[in-house]
Amino acid sequence: MARTVVTKTRKITGRESQEFMFNEDMIPKHVGASDYMRKYREDAWKTYQRLAMPTTNDEPWRRTDIRKLRAGEFHLPVNGNRKKLPDVPNELLKPLVGNQHAGQIILTPGGTEANLDSELVEQGVIFTDLTTAERQHPDILKKMIGKVIKADEGKFAALSAAFGDTGVLVYVPKGVRIEQPLHSILWGPGLNLAYFSHILIWLGEGAELTYVHEAASTNEPDGQTMHAGLIEINVDPRANLRFVELQSWGDHVWNFTHKRARVGRDANLDWVFAAVGSKLTKDFSDLDLIGQGAVGRMSGFYFTDGNQHLDHDTQQNHFAPNTTSDLLFKGALKEQSRSVWQGMIYVAPGAQKTDGYQANRNLILSRQARADSIPGLEILADDVRCSHGATVGKIDPDEMFYLRSRGIKQPDAGRLIVQGFFNPIMQRIPFDGVRDRLDQVITRKMG
Amino acid sequence: MSEIVISNLHAGIDGNEILKGVDLTVNQGEVHALMGPNGTGKSTLAYVLMGHPKYEVIKGKVIFRGVNLLDLEPDERSRMGLFLAFQYPIAIPGVSVANFLRTAVNARRKADNPEDKGIPIPEFRTMLKDKMDLLKMDHAFAGRYLNEGFSGGEKKRAEILQMAALQPEIAILDETDSGLDIDALRIVSDGVNALRGEDLGVLVITHYQRILNYIKPDYVHIMLDGRIVVSGGPELALTLEEQGYDWLRKKNNPVSA
Repeated sequence: MARTVVTKTRKITGRESQEFMFNEDMIPKHVGASDYMRKYREDAWKTYQRLAMPTTNDEPWRRTDIRKLRAGEFHLPVNGNRKKLPDVPNELLKPLVGNQHAGQIILTPGGTEANLDSELVEQGVIFTDLTTAERQHPDILKKMIGKVIKADEGKFAALSAAFGDTGVLVYVPKGVRIEQPLHSILWGPGLNLAYFSHILIWLGEGAELTYVHEAASTNEPDGQTMHAGLIEINVDPRANLRFVELQSWGDHVWNFTHKRARVGRDANLDWVFAAVGSKLTKDFSDLDLIGQGAVGRMSGFYFTDGNQHLDHDTQQNHFAPNTTSDLLFKGALKEQSRSVWQGMIYVAPGAQKTDGYQANRNLILSRQARADSIPGLEILADDVRCSHGATVGKIDPDEMFYLRSRGIKQPDAGRLIVQGFFNPIMQRIPFDGVRDRLDQVITRKMG
Repeated sequence: MSEIVISNLHAGIDGNEILKGVDLTVNQGEVHALMGPNGTGKSTLAYVLMGHPKYEVIKGKVIFRGVNLLDLEPDERSRMGLFLAFQYPIAIPGVSVANFLRTAVNARRKADNPEDKGIPIPEFRTMLKDKMDLLKMDHAFAGRYLNEGFSGGEKKRAEILQMAALQPEIAILDETDSGLDIDALRIVSDGVNALRGEDLGVLVITHYQRILNYIKPDYVHIMLDGRIVVSGGPELALTLEEQGYDWLRKKNNPVSA
């Protein structure tokens, strides 16, 4: 079963990426927004112009070729075409954690809806869309935006920073514990559109929150749409964040994301990634453990089919002593789909008593599917415990025969084996609604 | 009443013929023991009857409930009422015993009636608890992942639990005694005996007489080099215990002996 893949990439020459047709005039300028925000976006735009489109010669992009992205055809969703686009399905608005939300934000090209429990508003909690935040909370935005992720970390990071005015600001003040989850949906229907999002999460000292964010769209048989986004997370000392991300983009969406969470002293982050959609995803997700005793867990679920290509690049950065990280990403792949997971545990000098773990397990369900799994350790302290594991395997024919010998038909036996494979990830997701959604995905993709 | 009738069965693996003309009939309600030294084809027979894809049938037929089993997929054979208790049960990571058994029970119900919604959970739980009690199993067993980290005895008990839950008409126990200590052997045998009855035909494959002290066979067959060379009553097992297989080898292959 165990097999670590070492990949050699063939260089394909001859075709360059298209350039985007965006220009400076498209940078969002909202009435009432601060000079700070204007400057942040303008600087990001300059950075964007300075940076080249990534190619497979760039190490992080070696296995993800975006030359088929028809960059020149994307335009921003504007008022004129909003009304023609399908609305967000009610199914996606249901709570995935518990029975009720403490607040919900729906971001669509047709407009934004936001609500938050009035008791939480009184306690100083902010949960609002980014445009409203620009008007109402300029000081908090100034402290947060661009502080965890810099625009110059990549072409798409810069683009998201410059154009990302669809987004969410979550701020939970010191000591406030929110029991019911917050929920947001980014709905990006239509073709040839470019969606940019920017999500900011800040938990003050000792605060507690469960937050579920889903990005989704229609499924378009032909053509492309793109999304680029940033998620910046601050978890202050002794705070506790459970963050669930669901990526349910349609099969035509090219998705580029940069995410980073900073976790402070004795704080805790439980981060769940569930990726089942998009034509192509390149995701950078970093866990920065910056305070002693910080703990971070990253749990990833992906299931690809058709021609999907999902590339997750993870970093577990131990910058302080006595920090713990635990990453488990599990993926199943069908048809000609492909996944890349490239992970790194970094232990800074002096970050003694670090406990770092990473594992990536892949189940290949067809001859044409392919999973690349590249773990990595970079350890600059001497008293640490770090380990990793990576496997790419197939369904064992003996397991299949055993189940069939009990009367279970082949497709059902396959589904049972895949469910069993994902079970360790499901065990790490303490939310029935999320698990049910993922079970439905397994059933649909195995059907 | 069902019976399984094996006629002139030739089969092998990787181009080697292992079964060289097996003839055997097992009726519902009877217990047959199939004995023979290692490497003689007993387990091959078990796998071929269940339809393991690695084995190829060269010729012959196996008639069960009026059809040739060899034309059917393994899951179809199972749903018709054939059961194999594996010598080496396979672990299915992440799939609990209960989830697995419910899927297997529902597969039968759906085959009988495509509209079936599956066994109601309370009914299934009660059934499973009853069967676990019958086999003196802790109820926590249902929540464990199938065969994962099971001891030898637990694996064999799990096989008999499956047999109890699926209620086959013909069950093949492939070396169910191997790897069991005397206590585990007694528990497993008690379980089989509790399931014995008019509705169940059993083929016990073993190369030791030991298990037959607990599961009393009605008939004993001895296999040598891919064929059944002698059949008789329970006393045949005792003869083997005293004399070994040599007398049979001489009798069946006088030239080279």
